[in-house]
Amino acid sequence: MATPITASAPGTEFSEGIDAGFESAGLDLPPGIGPWSLAWRRLRRNRVSLFFGGVFLLIVLMCLLAPLYSHDVAHIGPDTQNITGTVTVGGKTEDIVSLIGIPIGPTWEFRHYFLGADELGRDVAVRLLYGGRNSLEIGAVATLLTMILATIVGLLAGYFRGITDGVISRILDVIWAYPAVLLGITLGTVLAVRGIGPLKGTTLMVPAFVIGFVYIPYVARPIRAQVLTMREREFIDAARQQGLSHFQIMWSEILPNLSSTIVVFIPLILANAILLEAGLTYLGAGVQPPNASWGTMISDGISTIPAAFHNVLIPGIMLVLTVLSVNVFGDGLRDALDPRAKVRIGR
Amino acid sequence: MTRFVVRRVLVMIVLLFVISAITFLLFVVALPNGSPAGLIAGRLATPAEVHLINIRYGFDKPLYVQYFNTMKNIFSGQAYSYQSGFNVLNEIRAGMPATLSLALGAGFIWLVTSIAVGTLAAVKAGKYADRVLTVLAMIGVSMPPFFLGAVLIYYVGYKWSIIPIGGYVPWTQNPVQWFVHMLAPWFTLSVLFIGFYSRVLRSTILDTINEDYVRTAHAKGLSDRQVLLRHILRNSLLPIISLFGLDLAQVIGGGAILTESVYNLHGVGQLARDSIGRLDIITLMAIVILTALAVVLIGAIVDIVYALLDPRIRLGS
Repeated sequence: MATPITASAPGTEFSEGIDAGFESAGLDLPPGIGPWSLAWRRLRRNRVSLFFGGVFLLIVLMCLLAPLYSHDVAHIGPDTQNITGTVTVGGKTEDIVSLIGIPIGPTWEFRHYFLGADELGRDVAVRLLYGGRNSLEIGAVATLLTMILATIVGLLAGYFRGITDGVISRILDVIWAYPAVLLGITLGTVLAVRGIGPLKGTTLMVPAFVIGFVYIPYVARPIRAQVLTMREREFIDAARQQGLSHFQIMWSEILPNLSSTIVVFIPLILANAILLEAGLTYLGAGVQPPNASWGTMISDGISTIPAAFHNVLIPGIMLVLTVLSVNVFGDGLRDALDPRAKVRIGR
Repeated sequence: MTRFVVRRVLVMIVLLFVISAITFLLFVVALPNGSPAGLIAGRLATPAEVHLINIRYGFDKPLYVQYFNTMKNIFSGQAYSYQSGFNVLNEIRAGMPATLSLALGAGFIWLVTSIAVGTLAAVKAGKYADRVLTVLAMIGVSMPPFFLGAVLIYYVGYKWSIIPIGGYVPWTQNPVQWFVHMLAPWFTLSVLFIGFYSRVLRSTILDTINEDYVRTAHAKGLSDRQVLLRHILRNSLLPIISLFGLDLAQVIGGGAILTESVYNLHGVGQLARDSIGRLDIITLMAIVILTALAVVLIGAIVDIVYALLDPRIRLGS
């Protein structure tokens, strides 16, 4: 069987955006540089995005090294309570949790309670790193779930149209009609109490699944729209003439053209997933004890304002920083992959 | 046009039905033993008591009968919470003023601010002001509302004592205090949306700037401001308006939950949060259903208005 006819000129593997963008910008690049290399070049020039991408990687790395910090530096676990102990800070001996229940603030000394303690005497810095692992894990799993399911669903709806599209679109409408937070609450509560198969109780997969599920329509609809447009183009007909099956066409013709859309969505969904996890946990429908995450830390901390505000501030700043990094990097990624975005006001 | 409206309304009705049915099913499934009888009877209930409760509340009837009864109760104001015994609709009504004050006030603020910020950022695209606004917008989008609320309460409310530390004062009781108490919640809720909307408006404006009719307008001799107001903004605002309608509906129903809880406003959102903690199924279900209904309703209205404003929509679909 002959190889399918695909457009041969580089750059037309994407939708016509790249060519039009370059022509209007007056740039004259030699043929032969693939769209991904072009995007990478543009991304490299965007210092701010790269910086924040680096910040995000740093945060991930720090969280992955949580056990290292816990064992070798702080010598204390994330759940080790120490209400009655004392610690020597800069020569003075202080109670970790004072007699009226106020925990110590940041000591800025690596070997113990670097960022202070919470009301049960646990080390905030260690909990921050371990909680970060959970938050990031939930965010990553949720994003993966959303992207995979939404791509499949959008692809099927856009390609087969007709009844398949009708049914899928109506289902997406129903999910989409629920406000995200309420849907998250409903599913989160139901799954935490009753569960479906392995998705039950206090496992981290429950919030991950809930969040991933909630965001499916947001991604599936644009993908469906794009597939619908692509469906009309000649190279699909040509592929059918060649004898390719539907699934082969979807896999080798349409999916590569969706890749830039998919790549752009990933940081967006990841950022929102991390935020939604924090929100759901604060409401009680997300991560359940004894698991810890940034959401639980902020939530617990809010109940002890004003005595120990660092319990709210520290995980909160970490959360904002992480989400901000993902957002800025995602923005830069979108700019790099979509040349039309670079068009400025010019006269 | 009529056909469009009729079709949209039909879709809406079906959607409402499906949403309420699914919500009901979800909550019924969530209950251990398939009915709240265990919850009502208490810990030391005998099977006989549970059975009696089942009969009295109608839990032994088939699901669809239960569904109709529940819906009837919720909409006629007869639904009573299993836990607290309060009338659910009364509770929701009690919380509405706070929620509406928050949502509508914040909605107005964020709409006006987003338009101003987005337009400014677009006009000064690429320059310093634009970059600063973009950074601020990005930070706004990355902040969980309850964290921002906590920070504001602690620093501005507690340490500097400029604003009151949460709580809601009804407008009928004291308009000035109502306003003062709502300032921080309004700001907190708006920040997220301002960040998002201003960016969307900015990119829409930048796209519109290159259209031919804008060039024609300049060629005709219109000043920059006239072109901006009469042509660019009019077209760029369309997606914003439709997004705004939907988001406002979502905020009224659920998005305000986080802000309300942090500021202790005792609105519908906080009621929902408390219901989760108590596993108060009926209240939670009622709130979810009513909210989703509101969202679908407003969504349909927004679609129709959008079609009124943009002839391409009603002719093309």
